[in-house]
Amino acid sequence: MSEEITIPPEKIDALHKRLDQEAEASGYHLNPDQEFTRGLVEGLLVNEQRYGYRACPCRLAAGEKQKDLDIICPCDYRDPDLLDWGACYCALYVSDEVMQEKREIQSIPERRPPEGERPQDQPARAPEQPGERPALPVWRCRVCGYLCAREKPPGVCPICKAKKERFERFW
Amino acid sequence: MTESKGSIQGSKNEHRIMFYGLSTCIWCKRTRQFLENQGLSFDFVYVDLFHGQEREELVAEIRQWNPAISFPTIVVDNKQCVVGYKPDELKEALGL
Repeated sequence: MSEEITIPPEKIDALHKRLDQEAEASGYHLNPDQEFTRGLVEGLLVNEQRYGYRACPCRLAAGEKQKDLDIICPCDYRDPDLLDWGACYCALYVSDEVMQEKREIQSIPERRPPEGERPQDQPARAPEQPGERPALPVWRCRVCGYLCAREKPPGVCPICKAKKERFERFW
Repeated sequence: MTESKGSIQGSKNEHRIMFYGLSTCIWCKRTRQFLENQGLSFDFVYVDLFHGQEREELVAEIRQWNPAISFPTIVVDNKQCVVGYKPDELKEALGL
């Protein structure tokens, strides 16, 4: 059984433009390869029609939102992949180094864990007892005070655009 | 239009090549283009265009080679598998 979904070009262009503006406003970058990125944006729109949400075009979605939460674009793995590889899994988003042509992107390994071990299967809770450590490190931007709980600080502060070196471990 | 599965007849038939991809994935598109540009014969299937039992069977096939079920997965001669857009690895696996 197969299906055919056609997305009008103007719809692809409109989302491409909006995602680009949103990315730039929060310290991220879309892949500057226009043809590549356009193809991915089209894939996002196809998946939105299929599933009702923009699942990653380069991953096989289950079609049940709860199971696919971690791969709805931007996925839970984008930021660690940007740090380690310079691009997210599908390469819709790329790092500063890639934008400055200091690094080339490639097809990267899948970081998503197997079902049952995904972020939605084991939510990170705040500590409940005094003295208990948080489930994730908390990072603080020394420039603007922005706090975030994640394995590593973001490449660029989404609020004030300070680089990752300006973050300190807060908790 | 993306066909859900089929065969490409190229001039090179020395290997049996099975390409598992997603119709929305651009790395899959590049990989397929690479195989076509090399003039290789291969079978292809786009797993996202299948549902229910048919999809489960395809996923079970891929799992034997690539437990992460990631795409593209290319199986050569039912012996080895290359995951992702990896022209150099494919060349080596296919003796190109």
